[in-house]
Parts: sequence; C-alpha cells; structure tokens
Amino acid sequence: MRVEDAEAEAAWPRKATAEEMPEPRKDADTQPAPAVSIREPVPEAPGQPEQPVHPRLATHRLNAYFGEVRAVRNATVEFPDRQVTAVIGPSGCGKSTLLRCLNRMHETVPGAGVEGDVTLDGSSIYRGGSSAIGVRRNIGMVFQRPTPFPTMSVRDNVASGLRILGRGGPSRSEADGIVEDSLTRAGLWDEVKDRLRESAIALSGGQQQRLCIARALATKPRVLLLDEPTASLDPLSTQTIEELVYELRTAIAVVIVTHNMQQAARVSDRTAFMLGGELIEVAATKTLFTNPSDSRTEAYVTGRFG
Amino acid sequence: MTDAAAPTRETDPLGVSPVAAAMKASLHGDRIYHVLTTAFAAAVPLLLLLIAISIGLAAWPALSLAGLSFITASEWDVAAGQFGAAPAIYGTLVSSAIALVLATPLALGVSIFLSEIAPKWLRQPVGFLVDLLAAIPSVVYGLWGIFVLIPLMRDPVGPFLRETLGLAKTPMFSGPNYGYSMLAAGVILAIMILPFISAVTREVLLAVPRSQREAALALGATRWEMIRDAVLPFARSGIIGGIILGLGRALGETMAVTMLIGNRPEISASLFAPGYTMASLIANEFSEATSDMHLSALMAVGAVLFVVTLIVNAIARWLVWRVTKGAR
Amino acid sequence: MSRRRRQAQSVMMISMTYAAAAIATLPLLLILLHLLREGAAFIRPGFFTEMPMPVGEDGGGMANAIVGTLILVGVASVIGLPIGIGAGMYLAERRGAPFATAVRFLSDVLNGLPSIVLGIFAWEFLVRPFGGFSAMAGGLALGAMMIPLVTRTTEEMIRLVPVSLREAALALGYTRWRTSMTIVLRTALPGIVTGALVAIARIAGETAPLLFTALGNQFWSTSLDEPIAALPLQIFSYAISPYDTAHAQAWAGALVLIAIVLVISLIARYATRSRFGLGGD
Repeated sequence: MRVEDAEAEAAWPRKATAEEMPEPRKDADTQPAPAVSIREPVPEAPGQPEQPVHPRLATHRLNAYFGEVRAVRNATVEFPDRQVTAVIGPSGCGKSTLLRCLNRMHETVPGAGVEGDVTLDGSSIYRGGSSAIGVRRNIGMVFQRPTPFPTMSVRDNVASGLRILGRGGPSRSEADGIVEDSLTRAGLWDEVKDRLRESAIALSGGQQQRLCIARALATKPRVLLLDEPTASLDPLSTQTIEELVYELRTAIAVVIVTHNMQQAARVSDRTAFMLGGELIEVAATKTLFTNPSDSRTEAYVTGRFG
Repeated sequence: MTDAAAPTRETDPLGVSPVAAAMKASLHGDRIYHVLTTAFAAAVPLLLLLIAISIGLAAWPALSLAGLSFITASEWDVAAGQFGAAPAIYGTLVSSAIALVLATPLALGVSIFLSEIAPKWLRQPVGFLVDLLAAIPSVVYGLWGIFVLIPLMRDPVGPFLRETLGLAKTPMFSGPNYGYSMLAAGVILAIMILPFISAVTREVLLAVPRSQREAALALGATRWEMIRDAVLPFARSGIIGGIILGLGRALGETMAVTMLIGNRPEISASLFAPGYTMASLIANEFSEATSDMHLSALMAVGAVLFVVTLIVNAIARWLVWRVTKGAR
Repeated sequence: MSRRRRQAQSVMMISMTYAAAAIATLPLLLILLHLLREGAAFIRPGFFTEMPMPVGEDGGGMANAIVGTLILVGVASVIGLPIGIGAGMYLAERRGAPFATAVRFLSDVLNGLPSIVLGIFAWEFLVRPFGGFSAMAGGLALGAMMIPLVTRTTEEMIRLVPVSLREAALALGYTRWRTSMTIVLRTALPGIVTGALVAIARIAGETAPLLFTALGNQFWSTSLDEPIAALPLQIFSYAISPYDTAHAQAWAGALVLIAIVLVISLIARYATRSRFGLGGD
C-alpha cells in the first residue's frame, strides 16, 4: 500500500491549468464523418514532440482463454506512446478480449485465463508483483456504454478514481483542480461547469461517455483503452468523441477497439487487424487501409466480408 | 500537461522501475472482505444448525422417555404426567387443511385476476391490498377474530351450515357451537396465508412466456381456455409450490390460532369443537409449565413442528425454484 | 361445445376471478374498519405517555410497551441487518458457487420456519442458561427472523446493479471490496433500505417468539437483561382478559401497532427513492 501511495503522490507533481491545455479542436478539419473516405492519417500531429516513438505497452505471445476457448492467439504487438492504435476486425475476432488483457480486466470474467505477457514501459503487468488493481490505476479504460456512477454527482464521478488513493491522493482542492483539468481535456468542462453537483445520469449519452473519459484521465493513466466508445452514441456525439481521441494522442498512448473501419481510419495512427483471435496485420493506418500486405486484411478493409 | 507521461519518469536512481512499483497494490482489503461476507453467509446455515440443536436438546428428555409414542399417544394430561402429541398434531393438520381448502381457490382467482385479467388501473391497488394482508400482525388477526369472527361463527355461520345447508347430521358439523373452534382457526388461517399463496402464484404466472399465451389465442381459444390450457399447466408445479408454502405458514402460525381455537387437547370429528394445534399448545401452556417434563414435552412438540415445517418448506421451495429458474 | 357456450364459460370464469379479488380484499377492509371503530376512541395523548393501569381499571396507556417494541426492534436490527446484508452481498457476488446455492436455499427454508420455533431457540440459548427472560433474548429471536428476509432482498437488489458499473469501478483501479461497498452497495442502497424496512415492519408485530423471551413487563424497563414490555404482547394479554376496559385498550394498542407497521410499509414503498437512483436503461 505504501509503495503505491508514494507513487501516487509522485503522480501529482503538476497541476496543469486550463491555459496549458491544448484548446479543444473546434475547427472542422477533422471532418464530419464522410461515408467511406479514408482521411489522411496524421503522421505529424500538431504539437507532437520530436522524440522517437517508443512502445508504452506491448504484448508478448499473448493468449487469452474463456474456459477452454482461446479467444486471443499468440498476439505480439506494440502500442507506441503518443499515438492512437486502432484494433479492428469482425465481431467475435477477439479484439475486445485483447484490449481487456491490457489492463487485466479479462480476468474478472469467471473462467478467464491469460498466457504470455503484457509489459507497460518494460515492466510486466502480470508478473513481478504487479497487482490487477495497481495495473488498472495506470491503464485507464472506457467501455462501450457510458458507465457513470448513478449515485454520484458529475464532480464526484470524475474524482472517484482519486478518492481511492486515500492519504496518498490529492487534497480536496487539488482534486477540484484535477476535475476541472480532466473535464477540460474531455471537452466537457464548458457544458457541465455549472452542473457539477447534479447527478451524472442527468447528462446526455454523449456527455456521459466524455464524463467517463474524464474520469479515466483524472488518475493520470499512462495508457487509455477505449472499447468501442461510440457504439451506443449518435453520430454527433460520435464525432465529438473522435475529435477528443484525436486530441488525446498528444499526451498519452491510446488503444481503441472499433468495429467501424471509418472510425479507425479517422482517429488512429496505427491499426491492428484481428481475425479469429489472431493478429493478422499491424501497420500504419494509411498503409493498412490502402496497401495491406495480407490478403485477409485486404478482403476485410475492402468490405468483402465482416 | 503534455509532459504528464514523459519518459523521464521512467528512470530511477535505485534502478527499480517506478512503473513496476506503481503497479503493486495491497489486496488485504479484498481478503478481509471475502472472509467477512463468507462468514455472514455462513451464519445462515449455522443459525439453522443452532436452532435444530437447541430444540433437540430441549426436547430430548420428553422424547427419550416417550419415544415414538409421543406423536401417536392421544392423552395430553399434564396433572397425570401424560404427554401425547396426537391431538395437537391432528388439530394442526385439520386447521391447516381448512385453511388450504378456503384459501387456495381464492388465491388462485386473485392471482389470475391480477396477472391476466385486471385492467391496469386495478392491478396496483388490488395487489397492494392483498399484499397488505401479509403485513397485519398475527395478534391483530387474533383480536379481530375474538370480537368479530367468533360471534359470526356462532351466528349466522353455524346455523347456516347446519340448518340451511342441512349438514347438522354429519359428524363434521355436529356438537355444540361455542364459536371458538377448529373452524374459526381455519378461517383466520385462510385469510392469513392467502397473500403468501397469491404472491408466489402471481410470480409464477408472470413467468409463463408470452409465446405460450399467444399460441393458444392464435388457435382460437377463448380467454379462459388460454388461461386453463396454456398458462396454468405451465405454472402448475410453481402454483403447487406456493400452496405448500402457504401450508408451511398455516402449520406454524401461532397467535391468531391460539386466540381462536379454544385450546382443548381432544380429537373431535366436529369442526365446531375446540382443539389445539402444535403451536398453540406450546404458546398456551408454556407460561404455566412448572415441571421440567412438561416443559420438555412442549419443546418436543416444537421439535415435531420444526421438522414438519422444514420438510414442507424444502419441498415448496424446490417446486417454485423449478418453475422460476427458467424465466430468470 | 359451441362457440357461444365456450364464450359464456369464459365470461363466467373471468367474473369469478373478479369475485375472488373482491372477497380477498374484504377481510382487510373489515379489519381496518373495526380497528378504527373500536380503537380510535381510546387513542389520546396519554395513551403514548402513561403506564398501563391495573387490569380492570379505566385509563392508562402503553408507553412502556411502545418503547419496549422500539428497543426490541432496535436489538433485532443490530443483529439481523449486518448479517443479512453481508450474506446477501455474498450471494449476489458468488451467484453460481455451490455454497451460495446452499445458503440461498437454507435462507428460504429459515424464512419459512414458524416464528415460535425461533422463540424456542432464543429461549434455549439465552433465557435458560442465563436464568431469566430478557429483552436481549427477544431481540435475538426477532433478529434471527430478519436475517433471511434481509438476505434475499439484498441479493435481489444487488443483482439489479448492472455489471458494467462494477467493471467501470474495477477499471479505475478500485479493489473488489471498495467496488462492492462504495459503488455496488451504494447504488443498491435504496432497495436494500426498502427491504430492511419491510423486514422491520414484519417483526415489529411478532408476538409468539416474545412469549419465550421478552415475556412482557407491567413496569417501565429499558434494560436489555430484564423482561421488557412489547406492544403485541400487551395486546395479546388484554385481548384474552375478561374485562371490557382491557379489550378497549387492546383495540387501541392494535390500532397503534398497525399504524406503525403500515407507516413503515408505506415508507418502504414510496419514500426511499434516492436522489440519484438507477438510471433507466
């Protein structure tokens, strides 16, 4: 407990003010979701530092099981820092399971099992004394449906991940700063700053999902995992979330699972294609969509199945 | 802000990666939580075990003396030191049987009404009133029984059954009619178990799939035929479970019965005669039991009641569970 | 059978269910009517503040019995609520485990045991060994009755909390116990409170187990190791006494008891919706 508290303290050195935050993109150059067109992937995002990209998160011969069923087969893949990696594939291909192995949520399902390893900045998240709880505090996750805690206000929802840090966590006033900071990053601050004490379930679906992103960001995770975050949202909310994901890549590694190829093309730098539990191909998004090296990838991205 | 996840944090003078340290967390809380909730859950079987042991211990002197004849002997004479539980067992069975005969058709009717027939605006209030019957304390039923039901039993119920229906010659309705009687106890029990049977039956009827009903209607069945041929057979074992659950209640109901049954340890064919049930025997004589053997005999009656209700409830729960598990 | 006769039969059977509903609600209305008619006249402020008069004399109240019932219900809640809620949480979280199935079944069986049996249990456990009737023993018997009631409603309420909420908390780095206590239990709380109130309403009117444990007391007592008065016990002894004045007191006491029970039931039904309930979905 102590070790983790000390680390938690170390995680709060900076209180970023709103001015330091990158302005939420309001310009329309992210495109209002055209039908099929593949946007130019963004090799150089605005403000991206020039340091070499290195993998934050990596899987090594990862196998995931539900009982006897192997849902992920021998997956080895790297998720670079400050990039958005999309995982695509048909329903049941194991993409969500792969994602849930990355922060040890997979093991919360009865009968689930994992082989192989996942490393965060070179340290195993499964071995060497890592606990699922500690891993999840460093690797945030947002689900398909918005999951605001219904008994908490908007503010308390965002602060809920901080509260569990106990004495090592921020004070109340620090927490208020982090709440504002996180809501701003999630592009929600202006909409809810006067409703912080209201119930979180009074927000619209799209707002709830951005609230969940803010909640995940509040604990300053090193990686953010998004499991089909727009699957239950209307097109307008979807666009807002996509723009948000695009912004997040300036600061953090993002992995997004989506069944929507257009979405992957719009928001990601790299794309991984999965089929039948296997990773078929991982490449720069533009390459994967325009010049895939595997025929199965080509069949999928050109819409011949899936 | 943008440096929140800068790689500079990954180096550490001691060579221990802060990432690895950050991913450690104590799980003591989870272990304590698991042990605590398991202990609370274990309290339920433990409590049942303690109940069985305590009643067994209290009943042992009387049971070991009388053996199996305790439940077959029909003499309950405290002064003579004779303790035969047969009259109380007989009274329990008869009063519960009366209750079931009266309550079952009513409860079935109400449940069908509430789940299949009633217009929406009637469902809530009628359902609420029927449920409310279960909230009335037993002693209030007893009070009402003494001052309202008993006079009614003397007149007009008694004369109606004997003269108007001409049942006076049958042994079941012969003998003097004091009001305090097996019949009065049965009637009050019927009112008391009605909400229990109806609650279970309603739940079971609602578990019948819609397709079952629609199939019957599509075949040209009338509304009643649909209920009779499609709904009730599907829910049958659950309904039986509900009735047996009501039986379990009736067998052990104490206060209202004690106040209305007349409390006399005799086996009489007449429903107008006073009697005893196991529960009312214990409740009525406990305060005046001075000898150890009398006390133990009362506890032995309690032990019989415990075993009987245990079995009845286990059967009922199993039947209800069989029907409703499919719907969950 | 002709179509017309079948229709007639259908109409007749349906009318009979209407009749059944009418007959089933009649006793309740009759009981409430008599309670009001016989009891209301004797309800005056002194009824709640004065001690009972000797049998056969006019006046007096049931102050000691009302306080006694509150104490008994309090003791029972202290025993029954934590165990019931804890067991319910266990059952909800280990749905399929064989032990959970067994506990669930035994809890239902316990729920069906006659209350008098629980009275005998508390008598054998707390009265006989320690040589005296006591409020504590009464509370134990009533608390044991509460356990299965609270266990099952807690389990059902927790099951209504979507799994996605639990997952969301775990994904934030919540430990399991924190997830259960601060997210799941908190979300299910309104329903659990309702269940607890229903259980309290049910045991508040129990009489049979108290005959063996709390016994009743004509005098003022709030001590846990002394016999204690209780409203249902008082009603019982007045009802079976031969004096008209006592009968009047019994009706008044019953009216108060039923008012307490009904008010708790109504609160349970309507007033426990929290500010932040479960969202519609």
